[in-house]
Amino acid sequence: MSDLQRPRAIRSATDTPPSRLLEHDRHVTVSGRPIPLLATPADVADLDYDRDLGDPGRYPFTRGVHADLYRGKLWTMRQFAGFGTAEDTNRRYRFLLERGQTGLSVAFDLPTLMGRDADDPWSAGEVGHCGVSIGSLDDMQTLFAGIPLADVSTSMTINSPAAIIWAMYIAAAEAQGADVAKLRGTLQNDILKEFIAQKEFIFPPEPSLKLVTDTIAFGARHLPQFNTVSISGYHIREAGSTAVQELAFTLADGFAYVDAALAAGLAIDDFAPRLSFFFNSHLDLFEEVAKFRAARRIWARHMRERYHAKNPRSWLLRFHTQTAGCSLTAQQPHLNIVRTAYEALAGVLGGTQSLHTNSMDEALALPSEEAVEIALRTQQILALEIGVADTVDPLAGSYYVESMTSRLEAEAEAYFARIAELGGVVAALQEGFFQREIADAAHWYQMALERKQRIVVGVNEFVNAGERQAIPLLRIDPEVARSQVRKLADLRSRRDNLAVQSALAAVAQAARDGDNLMPPFIAAVKVHATLGEIVGTLKTIYGEYIEPIVI
Amino acid sequence: MLGTDLDRIIAAFTAGDRRAASRLISVVENGGAEAEAVLEALYPALNGAPRLGVTGPPGVGKSTLVDALVRGERRAGRRVGVVAVDPTSPFTGGAVLGDRVRMGDLTLDSGVFIRSMATRGRLGGLARATKEVADVLEAFGHDVLVIETVGVGQTEMDIATAADTVVVVLSPESGDAIQAMKAGLMEVADILVVNKADRPGADQLVRTLEADLAMRPAAVWRPPVLATIASQGEGIADLAAAVGRHHQSLQRSGDLATRRLERARGEIMAILRDRLWQRARGQLAADVSAWSERVVAGRATPYAAARALLAAFLESVEDKA
Amino acid sequence: MERADTERTIRVLVAKAGLDGHDRGAKVVARALRDAGMEVIYTGIRQTPAMIAEAAVQEDVDAVGLSLLSGAHMHIFPEVLRLLREKGGDDILLTGGGCIGDEDMAALAALGVGRLFGPGASTREIVAYIRAEVASRRAPT
Repeated sequence: MSDLQRPRAIRSATDTPPSRLLEHDRHVTVSGRPIPLLATPADVADLDYDRDLGDPGRYPFTRGVHADLYRGKLWTMRQFAGFGTAEDTNRRYRFLLERGQTGLSVAFDLPTLMGRDADDPWSAGEVGHCGVSIGSLDDMQTLFAGIPLADVSTSMTINSPAAIIWAMYIAAAEAQGADVAKLRGTLQNDILKEFIAQKEFIFPPEPSLKLVTDTIAFGARHLPQFNTVSISGYHIREAGSTAVQELAFTLADGFAYVDAALAAGLAIDDFAPRLSFFFNSHLDLFEEVAKFRAARRIWARHMRERYHAKNPRSWLLRFHTQTAGCSLTAQQPHLNIVRTAYEALAGVLGGTQSLHTNSMDEALALPSEEAVEIALRTQQILALEIGVADTVDPLAGSYYVESMTSRLEAEAEAYFARIAELGGVVAALQEGFFQREIADAAHWYQMALERKQRIVVGVNEFVNAGERQAIPLLRIDPEVARSQVRKLADLRSRRDNLAVQSALAAVAQAARDGDNLMPPFIAAVKVHATLGEIVGTLKTIYGEYIEPIVI
Repeated sequence: MLGTDLDRIIAAFTAGDRRAASRLISVVENGGAEAEAVLEALYPALNGAPRLGVTGPPGVGKSTLVDALVRGERRAGRRVGVVAVDPTSPFTGGAVLGDRVRMGDLTLDSGVFIRSMATRGRLGGLARATKEVADVLEAFGHDVLVIETVGVGQTEMDIATAADTVVVVLSPESGDAIQAMKAGLMEVADILVVNKADRPGADQLVRTLEADLAMRPAAVWRPPVLATIASQGEGIADLAAAVGRHHQSLQRSGDLATRRLERARGEIMAILRDRLWQRARGQLAADVSAWSERVVAGRATPYAAARALLAAFLESVEDKA
Repeated sequence: MERADTERTIRVLVAKAGLDGHDRGAKVVARALRDAGMEVIYTGIRQTPAMIAEAAVQEDVDAVGLSLLSGAHMHIFPEVLRLLREKGGDDILLTGGGCIGDEDMAALAALGVGRLFGPGASTREIVAYIRAEVASRRAPT
């Protein structure tokens, strides 16, 4: 095959002979799905345009949620950032806003994500490392100092303690004099995928889901422009799932939130329009495009036909995309620019509403400024230079992409049936079903790399001999942790500790009574209860979760 | 390992060194002359601490239940040794032992010692190895021993019977009860537990088990059926109380002594069987091959072959004696 | 029959230290070690250095493999090593993997930490390393 001979010219003496590539069937997607040599009209014989595709902006939205997609409005280029103290990150945000960015995306450090204060022993070595450390309303106000929250849209990547962090955000906005009802942004707040994949859970599934339902109900009533849950497949994919697992498990999570909100007495059209999604865009271009198209179609069908939503906005699956961090390599890191560009292309061809392109060194460390700029420029080239943003859903009608879209939908439906058999998402995750499926897929992929059924350039083929793994060092000044600890001690000494005690007691009471926790959370953060104190109070009532072991 | 080394470790063990305890467990687990030496040194320290076996199909929540039971024992001030046995893969010889996950923070309690063991394809010898690991933990000063195994087959059941009290755990998930009955688990149970009692089908399972037990002949001890939600600690106190009642009943009825005598007899027999078999097999290997050819050729029956081989073996033993 | 000391089944403790829950790598490695005939004691996520060292001692493992992606490796590896030594586990190999730069790897190696595997390492390499290192530690000196 000529495509195997071509790289010969660039081979170095240390390369594996390309003849080895022929030893295994390589004609599978990154998910292990066999790729046909040729797709034909027979593959789409059952496809009905009006029923299965529809024009863009029309049910079932396979072709996109807007009639004019990117001509009307380009996707949002939303790069995720956060590190060190609230002051450090605030400076970065103001820099980005001065350069015309209109949306912020907050990355929190691990202790914050796990609901622990900076002075908790578990936080040692982690404060400010992978994001910003936020432990109190003071930190939140510092994070957004000089940034009018009434005017920006803020995305916050946080899950277990999302409701408390949101309470801090709302209190910070109020303190700025903003009209809370007009706040815009997105909370990730997707606890189910934490149990399934990312493992940043604190409480058991049922009370965790209850906290999500509280935010959905509170948002529907008080912050109608805030996306309360960003149902995320990204982390499921990063944990090693296949494309169809990402699709099926994410949508199953979405349905579980809908079921929980309905069970809490909400009306479908009051909250469904505020549910958004977040997918991974991996290397297999066509499979990814098919996945995005299938996702829209499945969601629309279920929302309209199963949940009887009447508001067309409830039928729309709007999503953010991030290119696949797990596809990046430490070897020859500049190649990651190319991988990211292809993955971004898949997101755009799939009709994403917003996009984060990884920096070439992102999987390894805090990205350098140059790398961040290249990542952003990649999106600009996609949007403005190569013509893919000017027409909607250009791959529609492709025998290959359409048949894969339908197949992914059918396979996702089979997963939904299996999950229902197991008693729903919560029962299935307690039994380890998702974890087992993902671990099997991750293992397959690793073995495929080791037997060279999958090639990763620079890692298992075309390796540069003697390459040093020059991973840029992530050095967060230990002073960050010390200053956070000092700030906490100072806060605890000057706040009204009696008020804190009674606010925490109110949180505990509401948790025991099953009331919506948002009002007591807001009250507690306003008297400067810390994140760790509020989470600690909830732990005494909800307990902590230990997951089943699946290898 | 040199004899002096072993003496040194035994001395450290006696002084309460946990690393030494862990080493001696490995020595005992690996078997052989050193294992015998270790057991000889430790046997005087054994004092008949109660041994609790916890078994049941995979996924019923055994580790969570053990975790809850251990915490109860700790609150009562007793030191607990836990042996958790998981199957070795017959294909690779490897194993993933994951029982510590649910006992996470017990790791740092100096009154608890948890040891994971793989079955390692030790036919028949597994129950003995498990018991001997428990012996080491008992000699180390643990007041209660808990042996946790996956109850899916005969070997695992043998391990369960190495305990004074056997708790069989089931959950309402489909198939468990049938699987347990098929595996003969019901027969070895002194106490039956339906865990995850908040799941649908739990009451039904309790009734089924009680009906099954009611058909058994009357005995001194009638196994109770208890419902627990181990993850929330519910029913654990009742379970601990039932274990205590069972132990008292064993003592009162004299069954405890009988069981332990039977167990000791079984151990001796098993060791004898192994030793005899190893010796005979080594000595007779060549002759067995020769007789096999005669059997295939129709010149002897397998019985005649065995008779002749046994006679030859016994003669050689007598010569030596 | 008794096996020579060097042929005893290798026991490895695989743990995720700290708050980070990304366990894809730890699980893939645990499975590979099992498939290579080792006994893997898997502790799951969120282990403190004290829990890891104590579990390693109780289980009498030959090696401890830590997966660390959060950047806390310069805190956690030295602490686990110190506690292993304190508890008499000087002979236990401490190895692992994650996003760890050459400079940090060298600094940790100088402390006595074994080889650390970066992104893209094959499970065969990891298996071969643990086998060789355990064999050399078991061999009489």
